[in-house]
Amino acid sequence: MTLPKFRFTFWKAVFLVIMAAGVYATYVRFAKGLGASTNLSDQFPWGLWIGFDVMCGVMLAAGGFTLTAAVEIFNIKRWHSIMRPTILTAFMGYLLVCAALMYDLGLPWNIWHPLIMRNPHSVMFEVAYCVMLYTTVLALEFSPILFEHLGWKRALKAVRSIMIVLVILGVLLSTLHQSSLGTLYLIMPNKLHAFWYSPLLPVFFFISAIAVGLAMIIFESSMSSKYFGRELELPILRDMGRVLVVVLAIYGILRFEDLLHRGVLHLVFVPGYEQGLFLVEIFLSVLIPLALLMFPKVLNSAHGLYLVAVLTLLGFVTNRLNIAITGVENAVGARYTPKWTEVVITAMFVALGFAIFGFVARFLPIFPEEKAHLPAIRKVTGVRAEVAVPVHAGD
Amino acid sequence: MSKGILYDATMCIGCKQCEQACATENGLPYDDKIAAQDVTSAHKYTTVLTKDDKFMRKLCMNCDDPACASVCPVGALKKTALGPVTYDKHKCMGCRYCMAACPFGVPKYEWDRAVPGVRKCIMCSPRVAAGKPTACAEICPTGATKFGDRDELLKEARKRIEDNPGTYLPHIYGETEVGGTSVLLLSSLDFQKFGYRNDLTERALPLYTYQVLSRIPDFVPIFGVLLGGVYWITHRREDVAEAEGQEKDKDRHSTQDQGGAR
Repeated sequence: MTLPKFRFTFWKAVFLVIMAAGVYATYVRFAKGLGASTNLSDQFPWGLWIGFDVMCGVMLAAGGFTLTAAVEIFNIKRWHSIMRPTILTAFMGYLLVCAALMYDLGLPWNIWHPLIMRNPHSVMFEVAYCVMLYTTVLALEFSPILFEHLGWKRALKAVRSIMIVLVILGVLLSTLHQSSLGTLYLIMPNKLHAFWYSPLLPVFFFISAIAVGLAMIIFESSMSSKYFGRELELPILRDMGRVLVVVLAIYGILRFEDLLHRGVLHLVFVPGYEQGLFLVEIFLSVLIPLALLMFPKVLNSAHGLYLVAVLTLLGFVTNRLNIAITGVENAVGARYTPKWTEVVITAMFVALGFAIFGFVARFLPIFPEEKAHLPAIRKVTGVRAEVAVPVHAGD
Repeated sequence: MSKGILYDATMCIGCKQCEQACATENGLPYDDKIAAQDVTSAHKYTTVLTKDDKFMRKLCMNCDDPACASVCPVGALKKTALGPVTYDKHKCMGCRYCMAACPFGVPKYEWDRAVPGVRKCIMCSPRVAAGKPTACAEICPTGATKFGDRDELLKEARKRIEDNPGTYLPHIYGETEVGGTSVLLLSSLDFQKFGYRNDLTERALPLYTYQVLSRIPDFVPIFGVLLGGVYWITHRREDVAEAEGQEKDKDRHSTQDQGGAR
């Protein structure tokens, strides 16, 4: 592994500009407070930082638990080669969520308080605990990559010996807090618009997290292949696309049934602000990706899958923002548009996500190719992998 | 016995002495400019609204089962046995879930401070604990704001409506809203005209989240065992397949040996 020469590219310039603005916005936030740095108000206590940085951040990191469950628990071995980049994405995602939370909390230095001041009736308390524990689990799931690089054989062995416990714990914690981000809103039956307020919110959040996890895997693999010149693992991405069809179909049907049984389906045809954004969300997240995936041409092409993944991601980001922002605007009688500082901080975390991934991928053995010629990375041979494959229902 | 406040809008003369007393009690500034503000804020916990010749107070309803206290991850907000819903800034981490969850939009934030906290009427908790009425009830010259046992106040409110059916709306606001509140309101004018919502559920809001949260202790072991079981089955299949494969290999080798070179 040789260090590539530093070249000043367009994206590096963009990154530096965003970082510079982010540093200044950080100063404004911590020196002058939330009032000076956000458009939040007494009517609108939660804005972009909760809606995007936290809610979407956690959602976009869902590939980690989805794939570990599939590979380690359901034993689908042929997806193993994309485990490491996916776990890296998830780990980084959670670290960024925690960092972003420090900006949004009014008293960030009290962030450790839930450790000793417990209110088990609070969904936020549960989310805080799960995110804290899951970030630790992700660090441990990621640690073999580091240990391997450093040649710490003992530590590597120790972590590997408890890996299955970690994996099960990780899937459990993820299931809990991904859905709990939806449960957060169950206490606002008179506030959140009928398009989004549903007793099934936790279920929707969980299923959509899986869909987004799959889409993120496609997105991240496509980006890696473009920027690291890696060969695209099209068969695996095609698998992801196929599973995505099933997950999106289940999600779409549930959303439809939910609207139907709550008797609010007719609202879909009433023109208005909420209707517009609801339709954008549904078309981007469910209808267009499902329609596209029906074409074998799309499913069999890297570009097609990439397009589907991006649409799905945009769709579910819209969903989370609709719940956090659009859906409550009418009830509180105020409109919210983020201030430039809020946008800059959010952009900074997104940029950091890309940069850290690129950086880590360059220095640590994230991609299997570097070791592809070496025999016995895993104890498993190809013969057995074939046998184990048909286990998964969505396959 | 849980305490409460009964505010009878028909007896109110809009003198705003309750606003002043509230500011004094809570160490907040008060002048003509603040008196003119018709919204509650981080520096104004109660306000008297005017609509033609009718008045209405806004203050924290101090719910019986408050959403704010239920959602607070660190228990900074608490419903006391005496009735007031109190706030402890030393515990608060500033997540503002209380503000998002409150059905009345009561908790306010010190947005312009570098070390901000939540601000709201706490029904004069220290006074109530000392056996005194709230500052607003004590100062009220007409008895429009009355302090007492919630049950007694509720009886009295019912009696007032019964005795003067033409004067009052037949609705005690806070009797059943979100499971009941310590503050009760009587009015001759639709509460909605003053921004009080008429479509609130009668169910205590914390129940909506608790029905999900309460399942977690059962969910964790069941789902954990389920995942472990799936792991065991899928890997067991692999072992079986491997064992069978070895046997087959053996068979094949032996048949090949027997058949020799064909």
